[in-house]
Amino acid sequence: MKITMAHGSGGKSSAELMKTVFGTYFHNEILEKMEDAAVLDISGRIAFSTDSFVVTPVVFRGGDIGKLAVCGTVNDLLMMGARPLYLTSAYILEEGLESDLLETCVASMADTAAKAGVKIVAGDTKVVEGSGGLMINTTGIGLIPEGRDISAANLREGDAVLVSGCLGDHHACVLSHRMGLENDIQSDCAPLNDIVDALFENGVRVRAMRDITRGGLGTMLNELANTSRRGIEIEEERLPVRDEVRGFCGILGLDPLYMGNEGKMLAVVDGADAEKALAAMKGTEHGKDAVILGTVTAGGGVVMKTRLGGRRVVDMLYGEGLPRIC
Amino acid sequence: MNTETVVEYLKHYDGPEVKLMEVCGTHTSAIFKSGIRSLISPKIRLISGPGCPVCVTPTAYIDRCIEAAKTEGHTVYAFGDMMKVPGSAGSLSVAKGEGARVELMMSPLDAVAAAEKDPGRVFDIAAVGFETTVPTYAVALAAAEKKRLTNVRFITALKQTFPAVSWICENEEGIDAFICPGHVSVITGSDAFLSFAERYRRPFVVAGFEGEHILAAIYEIVRQLEKGEAKAKNLYPSAVRPGGNPKAKAMIETYFEPGEAVWRGLGAIPASGFYLKEAYRRFDGGSFGLDSDMELPKACRCGDVIVGRVSPGECPMFGKACTPTDPYGPCMVSAEGSCGIWYRNTF
Repeated sequence: MKITMAHGSGGKSSAELMKTVFGTYFHNEILEKMEDAAVLDISGRIAFSTDSFVVTPVVFRGGDIGKLAVCGTVNDLLMMGARPLYLTSAYILEEGLESDLLETCVASMADTAAKAGVKIVAGDTKVVEGSGGLMINTTGIGLIPEGRDISAANLREGDAVLVSGCLGDHHACVLSHRMGLENDIQSDCAPLNDIVDALFENGVRVRAMRDITRGGLGTMLNELANTSRRGIEIEEERLPVRDEVRGFCGILGLDPLYMGNEGKMLAVVDGADAEKALAAMKGTEHGKDAVILGTVTAGGGVVMKTRLGGRRVVDMLYGEGLPRIC
Repeated sequence: MNTETVVEYLKHYDGPEVKLMEVCGTHTSAIFKSGIRSLISPKIRLISGPGCPVCVTPTAYIDRCIEAAKTEGHTVYAFGDMMKVPGSAGSLSVAKGEGARVELMMSPLDAVAAAEKDPGRVFDIAAVGFETTVPTYAVALAAAEKKRLTNVRFITALKQTFPAVSWICENEEGIDAFICPGHVSVITGSDAFLSFAERYRRPFVVAGFEGEHILAAIYEIVRQLEKGEAKAKNLYPSAVRPGGNPKAKAMIETYFEPGEAVWRGLGAIPASGFYLKEAYRRFDGGSFGLDSDMELPKACRCGDVIVGRVSPGECPMFGKACTPTDPYGPCMVSAEGSCGIWYRNTF
């Protein structure tokens, strides 16, 4: 079956779609009340974030837009030290979308939400003219436990900078699909609850966290350094990049430092806790390849010690990071 | 000799100041990425030459591509780094936002495949590049010919490295030696540089693209200069053969012929471009006479930067009116342009 404008009319077809697709996968006592708004009983410091997801293709090796839409928002909440609790999910469907494809994405969204420990408590669906595409917006709420103070402004000289795993997997995977390049690169799309929980459970003094999405590690490091008015020094030799991704980047003239990920994070922790943080990360499913990448310095900007022992500035990404000619 | 010894030597070099030009944009990028400038004596200056095909493209060429993309029934296929190069009124990227049909290509064959699927539309390939890339256009043309397609066009701004290096040797006093382009040499062969070393009495050293390769080339050059030698040397023999790649050269010769080309900053250089031969002109998308390059602001020193007369930081527009997000000269646009690389390294 293909989605038509009738599915967005609010009439019988809409109700049918709600029941057969969304109703099959999204269940919880708040959603099932079917009120105009979800009523949530929470108190304390709240983290609140929203993100819209557009990706071509909508299903890729290692994930799909449904999984991505949960991970993106959940990870943003986690990076503030919050425990993600609730999500909204708003779908914009283009006419001509295969309902099977929609169902695949909805099922994977429900599955990912369960893994990330969040409830989808409100939603909306619209149908627009188009060519069978699918876009999702999710908004999330998380509760920040007492005593956690996570901010990009917290960096101090001597802090350690850790990254949770290999860079560029998601970006390289999606680009490969788009270009019709055959390889085995998988998206890293994942909720990062396990890593964040492990850091706090082990008593690591966490200063700042960022999920390394668009703009890549280079951009995130600069954001942290600039906000904290500190410098960051990293070592090229420690940068975790899979061989396939390195090869892919080499051919296209892309730099893994500026490639997006959907299941990798950067953590800045008290220098004395560096090894403890590393062990905590490595003990989790999504942090197995974690490394200590560098340290926070007194100066400004981000500098990388190269493999040859030279030094280079690591700047933010400018523009789109397009593949180059030679 | 191991890299530590080479670095040790180059770090402590205290002879007369020497200026080495790398003629390949990929070398420029590798020098930056490996932090090579931080490893060698400030008396060894590395100058980025006209080795980025995008950077030497005149504005009239960009304008022609935009004109094609805005023509009803046409789609332009371009490599990523062409998208942001400013013409006299915006870039391909801006034109795309205004509704022009522009597609990013990974290979010119993408355009041929699209042309086959959609015979009612004309596909113009923005064919920019040096000897390294020209064979890929030849392959695309051969494919279009074989499929009897009549809706593929090439808007060419193809360049030959050697005439430009000659031009620099004859017109610029200050360059003491050349780090020769590894990729180009794979096609042309390292022998091509032998006569250059003799004629211009300067070292010409072909290098690979790892930091170690470039350091080895710098070392070779500095040692030659210290001994008063001027030899051509191939330090990238794993990829570069003396005679180059005959098959690729034959492909180029089948479809293209040399002609005068305009290099941004250098001006017109005889026989420095490649154009479609008469027999294949039906595939040309309007590549001739694209020589005007007058639209850049007077203060822009792109041309001087390309030949190493000034470093990017000496251009009055650098980092102020001209930045990677809002570039004037193509040296700032391309990932391999000297200004873009310099900006990222210093700001």
